Amino acid sequence: MRVESLAVSKLAKRYGASRALAGVDLTMTAGRMCALLGPNGAGKSTLLGILSTLVRPTAGRVTFRAGDKELEPGPALRQKIGVLAHESFVYGELTGWENLLFYARLYHLEDGEARARQLLDRVGLEDRAAERQARTYSRGMTQRLALARALLHDPEVLLLDEPFTGLDRTGAAALASTLADSKAQGKVMVVVTHDFDAIAGVADHVVVLRRGKIAFETDRRDPFSRDELEEMYHRHAE
Amino acid sequence: MQTPIDTAGPCGAETARGTPGAVSFWREVATLAWKDLRVEIRSREIVYTMIFFAAMVVLVFSFAFIRQGKAVGEVVPGILWVAVLFAGTLGLSRAFGRERESDTMRGLLLSPSSRTAIFMGKAIAIFLFVITVAVIVVPMIGFLFGVLEPAYNANGGLERVGLFDHPEQLALSLILGSIGFAVVGSVFAAMLMRAKSRDVLLPVVLYPILVPLLIAATKSTFSLLEGDTAEVWFLLEFMAVYDAVFIVIGLWVFESLVIE
Repeated sequence: MRVESLAVSKLAKRYGASRALAGVDLTMTAGRMCALLGPNGAGKSTLLGILSTLVRPTAGRVTFRAGDKELEPGPALRQKIGVLAHESFVYGELTGWENLLFYARLYHLEDGEARARQLLDRVGLEDRAAERQARTYSRGMTQRLALARALLHDPEVLLLDEPFTGLDRTGAAALASTLADSKAQGKVMVVVTHDFDAIAGVADHVVVLRRGKIAFETDRRDPFSRDELEEMYHRHAE
Repeated sequence: MQTPIDTAGPCGAETARGTPGAVSFWREVATLAWKDLRVEIRSREIVYTMIFFAAMVVLVFSFAFIRQGKAVGEVVPGILWVAVLFAGTLGLSRAFGRERESDTMRGLLLSPSSRTAIFMGKAIAIFLFVITVAVIVVPMIGFLFGVLEPAYNANGGLERVGLFDHPEQLALSLILGSIGFAVVGSVFAAMLMRAKSRDVLLPVVLYPILVPLLIAATKSTFSLLEGDTAEVWFLLEFMAVYDAVFIVIGLWVFESLVIE
């Protein structure tokens, strides 16, 4: 059963004396792209960490809903989540191809080789690039490999933290097109970014976080334009 | 959505969803351990450093403990295990350090693989690194300290047996000692992964827990050279129990140590 929504309720996270999140309530639904905006230290990455099940909240709860069922945290839920974070999660000593095969095995994909080949093609790392050790890649190539890794198991929930960092124009355009496809496929998508150009015309749900709280939230049927996103950011985040 | 074959492991907090769980678990463990070995084969960073360091320790001690122009054989057990312990700590630190680069540990934890499989895979890789060092250090120490052959006293009585006279006991002692080190080391290295002063803290927290294992390992090697096989078997049993206890503890606590 597909994930239809992702909701957080009264979510709080403290790191010692420092407060990262303070009572966040939010619902994200399938087939929409939620742009999570905010200045540095607003709690965006912490929120993504909690949604990815890797960070335990201090208080509050996260609910993944599929039909009328609530999905329990665990391997079956992690199988449905794809994360692209600041770091690439790839091994420098392994080639791009080996990295994807390794993760395909961890994700128990029956057609891992075909899927890895397909993803490498999609991100433009086919042939010789795929046979090179990942440590020889440029920042942009590493980011493309990380994207391929995040999409490898065709996740139903996509959590992307600054996914456009390091990508050249071609890479950024390819990623934007992938995000639009994913949205059309009905995935739950959360994107943290400062690159308004890249998400303009795709993001239709905007949440501005400030000092661990939601400063502003809006959504509508038509995606927001770059000017609208920038205006919302400047008005509510700064 | 890609087709998952199975998504669970048989141990720890996340238990099997069906009977293929155990097969899936060990497949995951093998995948994870093989990944570490492949990375090591490419970089040749950990094992070479460990071997070099252990060899230096043995060489320096072989010049430090000399009586009547010959290296003293009685110190062999202590030097063997000190060399393995120190070299192992180097390897342990680096093996987990690799998972911090590009935050790959997070990548592993995000996957549906059982966290206990991640722990076992890591511990098995570290065990293989440590046992490789031990296998190279043992003949070297035997040669430098002159304990490869039996020694006899002035009356022709047996003073000490040769280091390889009971190969099965020697092998078991090295294997059980290395397993214990790898398992306990993996628990503490995982615990300190996000600590700033982890390289300093690791030996401080690890060595006290390893003391019983080290004493048993050292005494078993000593008894081995004395030819006291009954004592060796008793100590090997102790080491096996120690290993089993810490494998269970490791599987139990690993997940809570690596989740923020």
